[in-house]
Amino acid sequence: MFLIPDFVGRFFHRMASPPHFYAFTEKLMPWLVVLFLLVTAAGLYGGLYLAPSDYQQGDSYRIIYIHVPSAWMSLFIYIMMAVAGGIGLVWRIKLAEIVAISSAPVGASFTFIALVTGSLWGKPMWGTWWVWDARLTSELILLFLYLGVIGLYGAIDDKRVASKAIAILALVGVVNIPIIHYSVEWWNTLHQGPTVTKMDKPSIHVTMLVPLLLMALSFKIYYVIAMLQRARVELLQRERNAQWVKNMLAEKQ
Amino acid sequence: MTLSEFFAMGGYAFYVWTSYGLTLIVLLANIIIPIWQRKQFLRSLALKQQRSKQ
Repeated sequence: MFLIPDFVGRFFHRMASPPHFYAFTEKLMPWLVVLFLLVTAAGLYGGLYLAPSDYQQGDSYRIIYIHVPSAWMSLFIYIMMAVAGGIGLVWRIKLAEIVAISSAPVGASFTFIALVTGSLWGKPMWGTWWVWDARLTSELILLFLYLGVIGLYGAIDDKRVASKAIAILALVGVVNIPIIHYSVEWWNTLHQGPTVTKMDKPSIHVTMLVPLLLMALSFKIYYVIAMLQRARVELLQRERNAQWVKNMLAEKQ
Repeated sequence: MTLSEFFAMGGYAFYVWTSYGLTLIVLLANIIIPIWQRKQFLRSLALKQQRSKQ
């Protein structure tokens, strides 16, 4: 614990308390939304207007500004879900369980967006909506993993037990993450190789790279907003009999 | 660049705008649904509380 500053520890300790979490996220929300709108506006302006057309793909490449950040988010959120699930499994922290299940629909949505926009990009560029290659298939499996987590959670009535079950499922499914990431290198595939993560020399021009990174940031902020909105519902449902919920209702009337 | 050129997306308008439109719908739904669910749930809780008082 000596590596973590004291105030960070205190912050997480307080956030693990349901009434504090509920009140804090309510105050945080407008700031997150303003930040999200600013970053998204800048990203879209840069990507759809300022950035030049691609010399090979014309304007169809502009799908990249949502396709690639969505695909990144599909992996990032999965890891967040597995880590939060793991923390809930080991330390039985209720808020970690709630973050894990609240991440699932957002992750599933980004996976769905990555698949559909990929298809809409593949049709004009590859001449086909879909191929059963490594990248596309492993991303589709990721969508099924998310849907499996959501389905499993819904099927178990005791939400503490359900959280244990989905944490185990999510942790097992982590195997799929490196497979998705390296699929374009390990197998011959129609999907193009990485253009950005070659950090030494990204094969993308800076006028295209900056909006792409802005959109990646925008989707990260969006994830926090959407996940917290889900978490607030989940928290209320679990804490319906708690005194702080009763007090809050009494104040509103 | 004129506005109509912008919307034409060099002939790829269908693919580009369908992608962006669909993304917008999915992302909006992920915000609206939980807010609506929370309001519904709070309303049902408040009703229960009132009933138990009577």
